[in-house]
Amino acid sequence: MPDELDNKIEAKADTITDAGSVTSGSTAGIDYVPAHERPDQELYHSHSWWTTYVFSQDAKYIGIQYAFTAIGTGLIGLVLSWMMRLQLAFPGLGILEPSTYYQFITMHGMIMVIYLLTALFLGGFGNLLIPLMCGARDMAFPYLNMVSYWVFLLAVIILLASFFVPGGPTGAGWTLYPPQSITSGTPGSSMGIVLMLISLCVFVAGFTMGGLNYIITMLQSRARGMTLMRLPLTCWGIFTATVLALLAFPALLVGCIMLTLDSLLGTSFFMPTMISMGEKLSYDGGNPLLFQHLFWFFGHPEVYIIALPAFGIISDLISVHARKNIFGYRMMVWAIVGIGALSFFVWAHHMYVSGMSPWFGYFFATTTLIIAVPTAIKVYNWVLTLWRANIHLTLPMLFALAFIVTFVNGGLTGIFLGNVTVDVPLSDTYFVVAHFHMVMGIAPLLVVFGAIYHWFPLITGRMLHEGMGKIHFWITFLGSYAIYFPMHYQGFVGVPRRYFEIYDSPYITTSTLHLNVFITIAALIVGAAQLIFLFNLIYSARAGEKAEKNPWKANSLEWQTPEMPPGHGNFGKELPVVYRWAYDFNVPGADKDYIPQTVPPSQVSGAKVEKT
Amino acid sequence: MKKEQSIFQILSQKPWESSQAIVDNDHDGKTFGKSKAKLGVKTIMAVSTVIFSLFIVAYSDRMQVHDWISMPEPWLLWVNTAVLIMNSYFFHNTKIAADRKDNIKIRNGLYTVGILAYAFLLGQLIVWYQLMKLGYFATSNVANAFFYLLTTIHGLHLLGGLYFWGRATSKFLKGNYKTSNMQHTIELCAIYWHFLLIVWLVLFGLMLFT
Repeated sequence: MPDELDNKIEAKADTITDAGSVTSGSTAGIDYVPAHERPDQELYHSHSWWTTYVFSQDAKYIGIQYAFTAIGTGLIGLVLSWMMRLQLAFPGLGILEPSTYYQFITMHGMIMVIYLLTALFLGGFGNLLIPLMCGARDMAFPYLNMVSYWVFLLAVIILLASFFVPGGPTGAGWTLYPPQSITSGTPGSSMGIVLMLISLCVFVAGFTMGGLNYIITMLQSRARGMTLMRLPLTCWGIFTATVLALLAFPALLVGCIMLTLDSLLGTSFFMPTMISMGEKLSYDGGNPLLFQHLFWFFGHPEVYIIALPAFGIISDLISVHARKNIFGYRMMVWAIVGIGALSFFVWAHHMYVSGMSPWFGYFFATTTLIIAVPTAIKVYNWVLTLWRANIHLTLPMLFALAFIVTFVNGGLTGIFLGNVTVDVPLSDTYFVVAHFHMVMGIAPLLVVFGAIYHWFPLITGRMLHEGMGKIHFWITFLGSYAIYFPMHYQGFVGVPRRYFEIYDSPYITTSTLHLNVFITIAALIVGAAQLIFLFNLIYSARAGEKAEKNPWKANSLEWQTPEMPPGHGNFGKELPVVYRWAYDFNVPGADKDYIPQTVPPSQVSGAKVEKT
Repeated sequence: MKKEQSIFQILSQKPWESSQAIVDNDHDGKTFGKSKAKLGVKTIMAVSTVIFSLFIVAYSDRMQVHDWISMPEPWLLWVNTAVLIMNSYFFHNTKIAADRKDNIKIRNGLYTVGILAYAFLLGQLIVWYQLMKLGYFATSNVANAFFYLLTTIHGLHLLGGLYFWGRATSKFLKGNYKTSNMQHTIELCAIYWHFLLIVWLVLFGLMLFT
């Protein structure tokens, strides 16, 4: 049998050589490819402690800076959600004023979506992984990359400063809809909202600098032999998400600039003729719907800016920890690109109740259902990758499995809400809260955790503690279901969202009041479990078990660096040369169950991949 | 191997197959045969195009409301437009001079370009001043607000370009550069200047005809 196989392969190799036209410069037998055909990247070498660790131009450090800042901000968002949950469960205690509740809702939403998840996936994982996975020494423009982080930090500081200005932060909801966001009566309508808008503009500016780096590094600085289709799916996810971000964030920028002018100068871009507190305001003729369109033209791609890197990372985690090549790699790439393209044509499904024409709504309902197709393909491919795979129930794998379940869950309720007729009665209830927290909150966070457990050894050279990790996983996974499953029910019963207090209304069943207490307790426990995770990070970084090189036996380039954690310039003297894709797991005929991307064919002569 | 493949060709490769592997091993890791800086400038131009397009969409939407009062276009705007066209023209000439390594022409070209760009910005400020003296404030009508907004955003883009012009010029005057790098920088600045000219012509046309 093996002989037969070898014969077949030899025959194949012959046809290729005979065809001749496949390549011009190489023959079928060529094995060694020289590394330096083009000059190596000029690398910035730091000379002082400050330029090494603080004003660092090394993408790895910048990634870690991004991650710390994002997670730190995210913890503030977490505390805000605790306060809101306490208020909802025990309204009698009077924990929050109505206005404070709205301010916390707004800040929680904005922090989690933009300053935590976007910054962590693109700024954190993007910086850390792109150069390493592509086989580059650093980003294309390291200086710009450094500036990008500091501008992001500035945006965070401006955002948090709004807690301390007179009137407090804005309480307009994270969508910041005018006219109410800048009309008196809304919390933070004077200074809070302006700081929020400025912070967003600064964020967009900083992100554009970073995004430029991510895509150009991936396009132009890859190692020799690394074609686009040999990139790990993580890179594809981050790449497509960055393209989306570069095209979608301008909409947010435009909306924010014009709203700032409405607020500060009194122009009427968005502000209609209106009477407030019995007085006619000076505004005239503006169109608030225009802001909604601009916001959601950014806002929907934003969902995929977070989801696509998550999709990519999860594909790699599943493949590595199930010791099997990803099922349908090409289809996965097509799905990522397809979702990216479609995501610009679904934005108005966030606006079914804004009073737009129902026909317009049907168009967007259709596109919304179409985008479910590539998304479902991805889920099928993950499941098929797991099918008959050598599944190792490591922590990253546990988080990956939890992600698939949670994402399907949130995705299914998304199909409900994508239909106009179902959305209209449900859109102001907790069903929506449950839906987007499942699909956009819990699911990406599970990926973040899985990714941190996976790549922690690469960053620190030590493993995270397994036992603490398991406790963290089970509390987070089961706990988040305890929080969000009941919310679906509350939504069906008709509990309205955005209310700071579900008082003793005859329309609200007592069961929802009990559920509110239950949800709050679950939320407190899940939130507290994150402290275990933080402790694990600190403890393991100092005293964790030392990781061997390439502890997960992965194929992609980030694990093939000469030292771990990778040093300055990532790859030592010579850049790596890539001979295969990142998914050669359990190749028939190979002596190990994985073949790293840098292994030339001659070293694994027995290993052959079936032709498809 | 072929350098430029269409996106569909790339996406239909089967990276796991041995026949594809032989082709792929030869790949030098670059997708495009352009420099990183050039791709960077093009990406920035793409992002700016989206920004200006969205402003134009907002403009056209807001224009249809009854309270829109069109603004007069002061004659100075025509002068400014002419200055910007000349600016682009001289940048083109400087680029040609850089290709020919004619250092005197490069120096004169860089000076001219900078002076014209600052003259344009000054001209825009004078237009603002004139309009405000006539009572066209941003708050009095949204058409005015759009005018101030669009000119500001365009001006900021030009200032950004001037930052890179300034860096290139000071390097050139200090003589501390590689000729090929200087040619490349001037070429990229010229592309960006042409882009800003096109943006301005579109914006000016929009405001002229509405």
